Formats: sequence, C-alpha cells, structure tokens
Amino acid sequence: MKRDAPLKNYAQKLGLVVVLLGLWEGLSRLGIWSPYLFPGPVTVSKSLWSMASDGRLLDATLRSLGRLGRAYVVSVAIGVPLGLLMARLAFFRNAVKPVVMGLQALPSICWLPLALLWFGLTDTSILFVVVMGSVLGIAIATEDSVQGVDPQLLRVASTLGVRGLRFQFGVLLPAALPGIVTGLKLGWSFAWRALLAGELLFVSGGLGQLLTVGRELMDVPQVMAVMVAIIIIGITVDRVLFQTVEGRLRRRWGLEGAM
Amino acid sequence: MLRALLGRWRSSLRLLRPAHVEADHAKISVTQLGHRYGNKVVALQDVDLNVRSGELVCLLGPSGCGKSTLLYALAGHVQPTGGTVSIDGQRISGPGPDRLLMFQEAALFPWLTVRGNITFALAARGVPRSERKERADQYIRRVQLQGFEETLPHQLSGGMKMRASLARALAVDPTVLLMDEPFGSLDAQTRIHMQELLQSIWMRTHKTIVFVTHDVHEALMLGTRVVLMAPRPGRIVRDLEVHLPMPRHPEDAALTEMVRHVQGLLREVERNTLPEATPPRATAPAASSPPLPASGLPRPAR
Repeated sequence: MKRDAPLKNYAQKLGLVVVLLGLWEGLSRLGIWSPYLFPGPVTVSKSLWSMASDGRLLDATLRSLGRLGRAYVVSVAIGVPLGLLMARLAFFRNAVKPVVMGLQALPSICWLPLALLWFGLTDTSILFVVVMGSVLGIAIATEDSVQGVDPQLLRVASTLGVRGLRFQFGVLLPAALPGIVTGLKLGWSFAWRALLAGELLFVSGGLGQLLTVGRELMDVPQVMAVMVAIIIIGITVDRVLFQTVEGRLRRRWGLEGAM
Repeated sequence: MLRALLGRWRSSLRLLRPAHVEADHAKISVTQLGHRYGNKVVALQDVDLNVRSGELVCLLGPSGCGKSTLLYALAGHVQPTGGTVSIDGQRISGPGPDRLLMFQEAALFPWLTVRGNITFALAARGVPRSERKERADQYIRRVQLQGFEETLPHQLSGGMKMRASLARALAVDPTVLLMDEPFGSLDAQTRIHMQELLQSIWMRTHKTIVFVTHDVHEALMLGTRVVLMAPRPGRIVRDLEVHLPMPRHPEDAALTEMVRHVQGLLREVERNTLPEATPPRATAPAASSPPLPASGLPRPAR
C-alpha cells in the first residue's frame, strides 16, 4: 500500500492543477471580465510559447539567473563565515548578532533606494539588494545550525584531541552542514524574491523587466506568462538543486531513515 | 544452611581482597580529590585512589556517588575544586592525548564511515597518512567489524556502533582509557558480548582502563579491581581486588557469589550503614567488620 503512495500523490497533484486550469479557462470564457484583462490559460500559454520561441524568455531567464548566481555566491561567501563567527566568537555573538537580527527585519527591497543613490541605475544596485536580502538569512541559519551541533560530538572531538582547523572544518562544519544547506535554500528563495523586486523597478533586461514591459504594453497574457515562467523556474531550482543536495546530505548523515 | 551461606560468603571474600596500592607505584594517582558543583553539591570528598599500570578498575556505586565526576576529573574535563590527579607522576590540568574518554553513546562522526572515523582520529593524533588505513583496519578486525569498514554509523546496530567507537578509542592508543558506562544503553545480550570483547582485548593489551558502571555484575565481570563509592558526599567506601582469573564467564558461580556480596555492600551504602573505610589502605580486614548480609536478592535473569 505504501509503495503506490507516490504515484497516488502525483495523480492528486496533477488532478488539482488540471481542475484549477479548467476553472480559470471557464471563468475567462464566461466573459465577466474583459478578455484583455483576464485571459485564459490557452492565451497565456500561447504568449509563453511565443516568448520562448523567439528567445526573449531564455534571454531574460539567463540574465536574471546570471545576476542571481553572482549575488548568491557573494551572499554565501559572506553569510556562512559570518554565521560561523557569530556562533563561535563571543564578540560576534554579543555585538554583531543583534545588528544582523535587526537588519533582517528590513524587507530587502527597502535597500533599493539606497542602492540607486550609491550605485546608480546599474547591475550593481540589483546585486546589492539581492545580497542584502539573502546574506543575513544565511548567516542566521548558519549560526543556528552550528549552535545546534550535538554536544556529544564536540566532547568526542575534544577527547580525541581534534583541534584548530581540523576541528573547524573536520567536525564543526560537517556536523552543521545539513542545517547550513537548509539555510542556503532559504537564502536562495530570499534572493529570488529580492532579485525580481529589484528587476521590476528599472530597465534591467531580466524576467522582472519582461513583466514590466508586459504591463506597459497592456499585454496581460505576457504578464501572466512571465509569472508562470517565474513559478516554474523557482520550483525547478528548488526541486532539482536544493532538494537533491539536501536529501542526499540528510541520508548520508543518517538524519532520515534510508535503510 | 547458615554454614553453607557463611562458606559462600567466605569464598567470595577470598576472591575479593582489599587493594593496597602505594602512590609511588601508581600509574594514576588521585589524592584528596574534592569537587563541588556550584559550591553546593559535594560531588566528591577526600577521594584517594591509586591505579597501577595495566589494571582494569571499575568505579561502582549508586547514582550521585560521584563516580562519573571522578572519571571526568581523570579525563581533565572537570576541574576538581580540591586535590590533585597525577598520571605517571605528572599532575594533570586538562584533557590530554594520554587519556581518552568513551561515552555511553558511541558518538561516531555520522558523516564518516567506520574506517573514516578511525583514520580521522588517527590524523588528529598525528599518525602519518600512510599508516592510518592499515592501523584502522587492524583495530576494526580486533573488534570484529571486518566487512563494515565502509559503512556509515547510522547503518550499524547499537552494539556495532559501540564496537566501532571502541576500535577508534583503541586505535589512538591512549595510555589510559576512561569509559563512562559505555555499555549502559545496550540490550542485555549485546552488553554481555561487549563485556567479553573488552575482556579479551584487555587480556591481550593490558591497557590501563578505568570503567564507570552502576551494574554490579558488569563491574565484577570486567574489573581486576572494584572501587565502591557512596553518595552524599561522594566518596570511596571499599577498594577491592577481584582475584578471579580472566576470561570470566558471565554465569560463573564464584562471580555470582561475589555479585551477591557486593550487592549487599551496596545496599548498606544506600542505607548509609556501611562503616567508613577511609583511607582505603587502612581498611581493617573485612572479617572484623560486622557480618554483611551474605545473600541478597537473586539478580534478575539476564
């Protein structure tokens, strides 16, 4: 009975999507709202197809993901070490952590006006916003997972005489790794949000701009098509990249029954 | 009937003799050790203990008698509030590579294989890379885990984890091995297996081991010496040498007799009626102390 559960799950999920699409199409055909403002899924998928086939969508996606990738690398490079420091050094725990927690309360898009003043209408502004949106979350998640390391492992490391760099990279980091990866996943979704918010606001050549262009041309199908594309990309990265890595890690670490 | 009981009691007394170890022959020397937690709870008071090289000493007592505190003080993980601990005449002030502590949990690094756990520990002790694998495999064989070198800890049973942990502890070759109820979380059957394994390893290597347990049978099965401790304040009340040759069998009649005898002593300890025997080396011959109940409740079937 348990073996066919995944198949049943998929059928249920697919069924719901089909029902929702049917409702949407039916609603748009009823003609309550103007078809220009409320196109059905058929029109939207046509628009999506035309954007995909003339390369606009691919272009915008690559541009957005390239930007996201760069900003994300910076976020991880700052966030993980910052989290480790907050977990291990009293100064960082007492002084830096409250600041990080405070800044975390600020929605990332609020950094944009400042970024525009500092960096102008450039890529750097968006990168800055994305980094500010994700770095703090990553740092806090890293700090949390290092604090949560099984004290037994720390005692064993101490009695085995594991010290210094070997301790930091051989015990502490791997012990905290499953938690850190969860934090990275969270950071990625923060970054993705911040990126699109930033891209919406000025000419940037990414997915966000594609949305804005659709709005300016009153092309509702394009707006909806880009939204669908954004959802699909988001889910794909989350599923393909993070769930795979996280699942493997948790199995290897024995956190999930993988017998 | 009475005579039979008395005879049995005597026989266990012959096998359990008060230990007299001079401090200058000792590997581990504990003098006047005292420890208070938060300046209130007296975990240890005036504890003197000398352990010779190659002895397997079991610290035995009810919970709260400070046996774990004493062990942690030997390991250097607890800074005693009074007294000294010396190893080979050197006063210790913290954890050191000459001592290794084993816990109730196997505490293997979950992301490393069985072999990886051992080679990692060897690397930390500065063993050259070329020797690590061979030495790891040697100790994996010694604890009978061959075939599981590349297995991850979560795929092992509780007993196998503990064996891997023992292999790791032995591989780094500390001069003193300190064990804190290492088999306490195992089921009865696995526990007996582990005791027999430890016995055979000890017979081969004659490593100095201090072993904390609250299980009388385990203490007498393993120990060349059994140190009885009492709570409030934590102190040593008896220090007995076990003159029963190894390997010992868990159902050996003499062992069962001794278990009854020591359980009787422990009951006295818990009722606080056992006369103080401090300092241990000045213990009067046990025969002159008031007769102790010779037979206790039979041990529950294991």
